[in-house]
This record gives sequence, C-alpha cells and structure tokens, in this order.
Amino acid sequence: MTSNQRLQAILITGRTIEQGVGKEKGKTSKEYLDGVAICHIDPADLKKLGIKGNVNVQISTIYGSVVVKAVESPRAPHAGIAYMPYGPWANAVIDPDTDSIGMPSLKGISAEIEPAGDKPVLSLTELLKSQFGKEPYAPH
Amino acid sequence: MPHIEAVTCPVCGCLCDDIRLRIEAGKIVEVKNGCAMCESKFLGYCGEHRLSKPLIRKNGELVEVSLNEAVKKAAEILAEANYPLLYGWSSTSCEAIRIGLELAEEVGGVIDNTSTVCHGPSVLSIQDIGIPSCTLGQVRHRADLVIYWGCDPWSAHPRHIERYTSFSDGRFEKSEWKGYLSKTKALIVKKKIEKALKRVFARETPSLSPHVRREPPPTLFKEGRKMIVVDVRRTRSAETADYFIQVEPNRDYELLEALRLLVRDEELEVEEVAGVPVAYLEEVADLMIRCNFGALFFGLGLTMSRGKMRNIDAALSLIRDLNTRTKFTIMPMRGHFNVSGSDTVFTWQTGYPYAVDFSLCYPRYNPGETSAVDVLLRGETDASLIVASDPVSNFPRKAAEHLVKNPLIVIDPHVNATAQMGDVVIPSALVGVEVEGTAYRMDHVPLPLKKVVEPPEGLISDEEILRKILSEVRKIKAGKMEES
Ligand code: SF4
Repeated sequence: MTSNQRLQAILITGRTIEQGVGKEKGKTSKEYLDGVAICHIDPADLKKLGIKGNVNVQISTIYGSVVVKAVESPRAPHAGIAYMPYGPWANAVIDPDTDSIGMPSLKGISAEIEPAGDKPVLSLTELLKSQFGKEPYAPH
Repeated sequence: MPHIEAVTCPVCGCLCDDIRLRIEAGKIVEVKNGCAMCESKFLGYCGEHRLSKPLIRKNGELVEVSLNEAVKKAAEILAEANYPLLYGWSSTSCEAIRIGLELAEEVGGVIDNTSTVCHGPSVLSIQDIGIPSCTLGQVRHRADLVIYWGCDPWSAHPRHIERYTSFSDGRFEKSEWKGYLSKTKALIVKKKIEKALKRVFARETPSLSPHVRREPPPTLFKEGRKMIVVDVRRTRSAETADYFIQVEPNRDYELLEALRLLVRDEELEVEEVAGVPVAYLEEVADLMIRCNFGALFFGLGLTMSRGKMRNIDAALSLIRDLNTRTKFTIMPMRGHFNVSGSDTVFTWQTGYPYAVDFSLCYPRYNPGETSAVDVLLRGETDASLIVASDPVSNFPRKAAEHLVKNPLIVIDPHVNATAQMGDVVIPSALVGVEVEGTAYRMDHVPLPLKKVVEPPEGLISDEEILRKILSEVRKIKAGKMEES
C-alpha cells in the first residue's frame, strides 16, 4: 500500500453536533479538539490515499495548510468531497475572499489531501502560537 | 427553589423556552427537554474553561489584574484608536448590544455582528427582494411541506424538527415521528443484511451510488407532513427526510432556478440540473405547488457556497413565485442564539442590521467595505473589541492575523482562541444562566433569558462591563477636550 498518494478534493466546512457540544464544553477542551481538528473523508477516498481512518492528513489549499485527523465519513458516499467542521483548523485553509459582500468563501474550496506521516495535529494553543507568533493564554 | 420551569436555552437560534432545570446548592444538576448542546451548556458552564479574572498582556504574557484596571486599559485603547472594530454580539443580550452601539458611535469605529460571516448574504438579499415569512408557531401548526436547503438541523439546531416542523404535533398537522421511527428500523435491518452479505461474499455491495439519485419515493405523495432535504451531503437530517435531493457542490443556484421554471409551468430542455434528473424535479415542483402551507428553511449551505447572496435571491424568488399558486414561507436558520437580536438592535439604533461604520460620525452601511472581514483583510483597523465571539477561530487566517497584530480587547465568559490571543481580557457572567436579558429567536420573536444561578464572584454582565468602558471612554475624551 502506498502512503504518498495525493487526493484532489472539494473542501466543505460546516457544523457538526460534536463541534456544537465541544464548543459549549469549552474551546480548549479535548472534546473540541477531537470534534473539530478533523476531516471527514469518504471511504473510497481514504482507500485512494492508502490510509485508514484516524490517521493524520495534511490539507492544503492555496490559502494555507493544516494537519488534522482523517475520519472515515459517517455520511458517505460523497467521493471527492471532504468535510471539515468550522473552527481554527478549517480556517487555516479557507478562501478569505468576500466577493465584496463581507462573507468569506467557506464552502466548495479545492484542496489537496495527503497523509501527514508523523506530523502531529496541533492543539489549539500550539496552532495559535504557530499561526500568530503571540503567546496564547494558557488556562490552568 | 429546586426546579425552574420554562427556561430559555441560550445556545442556538431555536431559543427553546421549555427547558426545565433542577438546581441544588446553587448549581444546575439536571436539564430536562434540552438537546445535547443545551445540556453541555447548562451542565458545563462553570467548568475549567471559564475565565475567572480580568487579564492584561504585560511583557507578552497575560497576567491577572483588577476589573477597574482592565476596564481603564480597554477604554484607553478604544479612545486612542483611529478606526477600531467592535465585533461579536450574537451571543449576548440585546441590552448589551445597545450599549455596544453607543460605544461604537462614541469611538467612531466600525461595528459588526456575526451575521457578516453567516447570513449576511441573506440579509442583503432580503433587502433586495423581501421575505414572505411567519413565526415558527405557524409552521408548527400548519406546514404540510417542510424543506431544509443547505442546512442540517439535526446537527446545528437539534430540536428544530421536533419543536417547530415535521416532528411537532401541531393543531392542523400531526407529527411524523412514528413514521420516522419505523423507517429508521427498516433502515437498520437493511444495513444489517448488507453487512451480513458483505461477510458472506466478502465483497462490497454498495446500497447507493456515490451520488444519490433516488427518484421521489411514493411516500412523498402521502397525506400529512412531508420533509425534503437538499444538500451536498447526505446529512443526518437528510436521512430523516422523506426525500433527499443531493445537489452538486456550488450548483444550488441552478437547481433553484430550475425549480422556479418548473413552478411556472415552463419546460426545461435538459435531462438533469446540478446532478438531479429533471423528471424528479418536476415531481418536487408539483409537490410544492400542491401543498397547503410550505416552509423552506435555508442555511449556510446556500449563503456560503458559490453565488452567495445570488443563491438567496433565487430561493426568495422561488418562494415568491410559489406564493402565486399556494402559501409558502421562507426563513434563514440563524445560528447563534441572539444573532437575530443583533440584527434587530443594530437596525433600531442605526438603521442597518450589521457592518455599520461610524467613522464619519453618522452610520454608514456598505457590506464588502464596512464588514469585519473586509476591514481586517485591508488592514484598516488599529484596535478591536470582541464581545462574546471567537473571530480568531472563525475568520479566515489572514483576517485573524490583522486582528491579533493590533490591540485586542475581549469580553467573554469562556476561554477561546480570541481570548487566548487578547491583550485585555474581561470575563463576564453568562447571560441566560447567571444574568438575565432578552434575545430574539430566528423568527424574530423576542424571548426573555432567565437568571437561574448566581454568577461566580466578581463577574458582571457584558452589559455592565460595556457601560463601564463607555463611561471611561467618555471621561478620557472629556479630559482631552479640556486639555486642548
Ligand atoms: S435546539 Fe438550540 S435552543 Fe433548543 S435546546 Fe438545543 S441548543 Fe438549545
């Protein structure tokens, strides 16, 4: 099985109940990380990538790149469409263009997905630090 | 006071006001009637993710300070800024929003709420075309056809179907819950059989083609309430529906326009539109015309995909067309519990629902220019105040970068990415749990938010914090006037 496959996909971001529950629990909670730093991928696409679910993947668009955990989509089939819950991980890769009406383009962005090898999924605090270079507040 | 009845849930735009809470020793110990998000809020509100002390960034690190010091610092930042952004507002009370608008006017900044990144395009389109709408009570009692387009209520508004549409027992229309249960049972059995077959033959027997292209089932023409879901993905709501139409990504506009033509009895000279055979669409159009009271709910699947406000134009026009043949209403599925309230209070006070610029001392509104993401992308702001929102998580990275680069004041009950990046962080009491207020449901019905427990010591409401900052800003400005 090769593990250096790349997959072209259309990236859609949206809401999930896990994200909603995690969000209410607290954005630095493990529930939020587990529910949001993920990407739902169709089983057929996972096969193309040569990986199983629960493996880290790197999602790249022309706007940025981020490592999240690939999860076999519970809503398959939707080959060619990858789905990420709203959150700071998804926002690292979405299209900021507002088409002059104030609204960035959060759905239907073309993206490339590849297995991330041993690159880890960054926690919220780590992600913020790496993105903005400012010391994030770490709650005790 | 062990039980509190009829509490309003301050989580999503459904604003369910039938929550029952049991309080013991000043803590909420049991939640009845709520969904998972509601329980998570009422039971977990006081967890470790709560901000407890005001913080100011000194030497690059956030350190605890007194409330007065934090308020003074926030006021200084805002009074000195040339063009501050005041953003958030959808998860706080109307009372707090009112003070926020006063503050924006005082400091000559730009004030925007989260509509800008969710239903902003819907608002623009509604201003152009108009909206035939109604309250959710009307839908509950009368709607015999409910369409969810580009939204997944099971995930984002978990009780919407149960309380207001297909599964609610209305006066004239009955709940479809039982039918759904038997359908689900049948589906589980089918899945089991498929799994068994897979084991026996060791091969896959896909039950559906990658793109769902099922023709409208005969059950769609039964008596009683019907539910149709249109989405790019087979969401959980889609599985609940009587009929699911899978539209190809970014092609909702075409599908809506095709339906418009069919509703007006015109011919389509193609085989399929946006991946859906026209023959199926004809049946759907027929169903729409023949219903007694239809209700279309749309979500970010329409406002955020290609076309944005033009998609909403098409949806509103479709409903307008349908109203020449039957009764049909349409409503955006608003996310945050008081995002409708933000739009409403903004409109009372300034004439505009969001993206209001006070830099010329009078309100100006031009989304695309005066909207939060745009002023940030152009790098125009020189400070921000964020209230009850998390733009560092929710904005595109480039916009968030500019936000973080400049002085950032955050008022929020919880730790979130924006608070973590803040320069002045002021914790607030939770509205709807620890302090009262008013919020607007997605159908613009105002509901009271209750205070059910005491806030942690030292925490005051967003409204009070904003009042303190406002009076401090006025003092600084008066001082400057005297100096000059
Ligand atoms: S549907 Fe929304 S308002 Fe109703 S209980 Fe759930 S989270 Fe609260």
